[in-house]
Amino acid sequence: MQNLIDNFFSYTITGLTIGAVYALVALGYTLVYGVLRLINFAHSEVFMYGTFGALWVVMLLGGKPGGSVGQVIFWVVMMFVAAMAMSGLIAVILERVAYRPLRKRNAPPLIALISAIGASFVLAELMGLRSRVAGWVGLDDTLREYVRNSRNNAGLPSIISPQPIFSVGGYNVTNVDLIVIIGAIAIMVVLDQFVKRSRLGRGIRAVAMDPEAAALMGVNRDRVIQVTFLVGGVMAGAAAVFYMLKIGITRYDAGFILGVKAFTAAVLGGIGNLRGALLGGFILGLAENYGSAVVGSQWKDVVAFVLLVLILLVRPTGLLGESLGKARA
Amino acid sequence: MRSTLKFAVPLAVAALALGACGTKGGDTPAAGGSGGAAACQNFKIGMFGALTGPNANLGIYIQNGVNLALDDYNKKHADCKVTLENYDSQGDPTQAPALAKKAIDDKKVVGIVGPAFSGESKAADPAFNEAGLVTITPSATATKLSSNGWKTFFRALGNDDTQGPAAAKYIKDTVKSTKTFVIDDASEYGKGLADTVRKDLGSQVVGNDTIQQKQTDFSASVTKVTSSGADALFFGGYSPEAAPLIKQLRDGGWKGTFVVADGVKDQSFIDNAKDAAEGTIITCPCVPADVAPDFQKAYKAKYNEDPNTYSGEGYDAATILLDGIAAGKDRKTMLDFVKSYDKKGVTKQLKFDDKGESADIKVFAYKVEGGKIVGSGEIK
Amino acid sequence: MSTSTGTAASTKQRRLGFKERVNNLPRAVKILLWVVFAVFLFMLPLLNIPFITTEGSDFGGVLFTVATYVLVALGLNIVVGYAGLLDLGYVGFYAIGAYTVGVLSAEHAKLSWVVVVPIAIVVAMVSGVVLGAPTLRVRGDYLAIVTLGFGEIVRLTLVNSEWLGASRGISDIPKPPGVELFEVPSIDWSSGAPVVDLDTTSTFLKFGITDFVPYYWLALGVIALVLLFDILVKSSRVGRAWEATREDEDAAELMGVPTFRFKLLAFALGAAIGGLSGALFATKAGFINPQSFELLLSILFIAAVVVGGAGNRWGVIVGAIVVAYFPERFREFADFRVLVFGLALMLLAIFRPQGLLPPRRTVRAKRADARQAVLEEGEASA
Repeated sequence: MQNLIDNFFSYTITGLTIGAVYALVALGYTLVYGVLRLINFAHSEVFMYGTFGALWVVMLLGGKPGGSVGQVIFWVVMMFVAAMAMSGLIAVILERVAYRPLRKRNAPPLIALISAIGASFVLAELMGLRSRVAGWVGLDDTLREYVRNSRNNAGLPSIISPQPIFSVGGYNVTNVDLIVIIGAIAIMVVLDQFVKRSRLGRGIRAVAMDPEAAALMGVNRDRVIQVTFLVGGVMAGAAAVFYMLKIGITRYDAGFILGVKAFTAAVLGGIGNLRGALLGGFILGLAENYGSAVVGSQWKDVVAFVLLVLILLVRPTGLLGESLGKARA
Repeated sequence: MRSTLKFAVPLAVAALALGACGTKGGDTPAAGGSGGAAACQNFKIGMFGALTGPNANLGIYIQNGVNLALDDYNKKHADCKVTLENYDSQGDPTQAPALAKKAIDDKKVVGIVGPAFSGESKAADPAFNEAGLVTITPSATATKLSSNGWKTFFRALGNDDTQGPAAAKYIKDTVKSTKTFVIDDASEYGKGLADTVRKDLGSQVVGNDTIQQKQTDFSASVTKVTSSGADALFFGGYSPEAAPLIKQLRDGGWKGTFVVADGVKDQSFIDNAKDAAEGTIITCPCVPADVAPDFQKAYKAKYNEDPNTYSGEGYDAATILLDGIAAGKDRKTMLDFVKSYDKKGVTKQLKFDDKGESADIKVFAYKVEGGKIVGSGEIK
Repeated sequence: MSTSTGTAASTKQRRLGFKERVNNLPRAVKILLWVVFAVFLFMLPLLNIPFITTEGSDFGGVLFTVATYVLVALGLNIVVGYAGLLDLGYVGFYAIGAYTVGVLSAEHAKLSWVVVVPIAIVVAMVSGVVLGAPTLRVRGDYLAIVTLGFGEIVRLTLVNSEWLGASRGISDIPKPPGVELFEVPSIDWSSGAPVVDLDTTSTFLKFGITDFVPYYWLALGVIALVLLFDILVKSSRVGRAWEATREDEDAAELMGVPTFRFKLLAFALGAAIGGLSGALFATKAGFINPQSFELLLSILFIAAVVVGGAGNRWGVIVGAIVVAYFPERFREFADFRVLVFGLALMLLAIFRPQGLLPPRRTVRAKRADARQAVLEEGEASA
């Protein structure tokens, strides 16, 4: 406890940075849940592919420590482009392959979960077997650096070395911390505005509120669902960049645990609610860090889940309630 | 009635078929075994460990070493080759017993390299012991494994009790740390080591933490370490967690010495932690590579990368079994052969004491310098 | 919609045809068929039938694993299939059962197996009530994440608690008391035709280290008991209450069904069966550590139930066999096992969305649906 009080700001700020990643991934769960009322179990893999997108583009561009300011900005921008494209693409493919055929057949919701679990295994394994996959198409020599040790960690060169910018209560806030927290909030604001104001965003809200009425009003449901998956994927891509900047190492199974956490964050804030996902993510990140400080890092996940249960007991629909459809117009 | 017949007819046919064919076994002794000594026995050795799934890294590194030993043997004995039988447990103790039974039932298997992890060893070794099938583990380091009275258990590396005190000694005498932080990964291996280090360092331990395997975000641990003012950190665990841990510690501005054990001694630690890995001290009960340059060269030629964690131990364990086969041993006589084995391997002098532990364990210190793991002498 | 009902109807017809034919058989033949089937199951590990027998791992051991999955699937089917509660943390109960056996018969006490297994069932059941009482009030998908969290909490507690052996696990769990009655020979096919092999035998009910067949027999017996229990419960008032709750919770509540209490009962019964299968697993393994209770296992359990057809007890048995047996049978896929399994799940979801053996919804539920359809049509035309 004393440790937590002494280093309160350190725990808080690092908790917020990982919370930002949770929040962005949670958005994907929340958006899909809002529109389709199902848990997109494979979203964790969408995130994982984003981390590899970010990693590979830096390797491709020859990113290394100690680049000039211009270079660093270029690398980071390219990381966003690559990760968002990768995650968005995977999310859209996922919808096409794993969900749309089921929807066409009016399958029960539980079977969508099985399809998603299957898709999640397939996506993770393809990444874990990427050296073999490259071998099938005869590119294993060309892509050697990208696919070797495919079951093992893959590390990003530290293109930004963390520099203290200013100090709060004894904790040196670094440039990476700032990029992650401010970047995540900025992206959330953009998304919030997109859902609130744009035509497509209105479509998403309409389908979430009442799919049949929306269809009668001329909203193309399939298209809206596809856009929802795309937006969720792009958010996961952004999360992946922040994750790579902060953690710097990824692996084919890196999505699983993070996905569970992000889903927890989404439920915590009220699944189907965009602002709830943001709030849930930050709260979860903080709770984990504070919990680690007080009872030891090994109980971190236990703290997170116990907190979830407690909040659901008091507020059965999460902190802010389920309301993607009802977001103020 | 017709439908009754439909069911009944195939049944009767099946019963007849079973009755018609004879029996085997019983009084007559099983064939084989007593054949001419010169005849090729088509013996196999088994590789027991995680070859697929999330824990496959380590298993494959070992398998690479084993395959290299097999290549050497089969080149010399082209007329009677030994093949490798893989028992892929995925590191999962649940799958291990059935695989062990499979290996035991295959009478051509005369010895096992593995089981690779301590958990699956506990699940499978009792069966190997009962069947009298020799196992030489290249990587399971839980100290207690050797004190179960398993006659067939051999360990081609030091256990946690040999390395822990050496690591503590190094931290005290060479790093000259006065404030040490200790982290473990709650695994049997990592916690066992870290607890020994904690005990040996006593009051100079300024803080403890436990992380979980597969964890990637260590911000809470980073805060704990930096705020404790520690000048050295011992981490008991494996490289998948060590790499992000040291990276985040350096990002967090911590400047002390990072000390780890053999679970981290692989190139992937450096590849992933990049610059943050520089200066890391790795203890390992294994002879530095420059002692066995031929193995190093052969491995690199075959797999296009440097030998990784436990590849050398895998090579050594397989070599012992293959030497046994070359000396005409079968499953039964292999046990005594391994017990009295005494030769220089690529990692150490291969000789076992009466509990099956490697008799001659020296712990060496290594240091990460310029992106390479270089030896820096024995810890005495 | 029309296609899916079409295929469902046609399969039903086919199944009914088969069923009718069986039903029309004389009683004596029926009993004989059952006995033959039971003997076949009993002998399965010793028959060594080519193609069915797993090449890469011991068939007896694999069959035991399949049997534990079947048991787990039957338990989880009560929760997911009958009561309609999505439980993603079922492995928690499985672990509690296994660890109760471990702690009471090896780690901290030396109680006999006969005493320990009932205790394990009770402990698992109590933990089901303790988890269920606060959380069953949250609905649907929230329950999924809460139970998932429970499974993880159980595992992390096992990893981090010294008293429970931490990662070291618990070794030397004693075997059940056995008797050596007679030896059963196995069949050898290596010459191409079946030959009775008197060298490779299993001793009836001798629980040793290297022969898993007696454990499989034990598990078969337990499965038979649980099935009987399942059939009785499902056709009782309790089964009807579950069905009403699953179909429409609010309506059931209005009709005077105490839905919460029945949900809790389903949860507790499911937990008890999960605990029982965990206890059997611990007995056979002789060694348990937290690695055997990972979150992924919960997901495989759910997959078994849904793949087979949630709500149909024979369906979930088939599902459990698919999930547990195929990865072992197709070991030659080695590194691609999980990939192929994932693809199979996806294909199955598309082509058999109701599961391999869809549940036959009872006449009542179907009639209610028909009435609903008539009402909706009336609204539309009005």
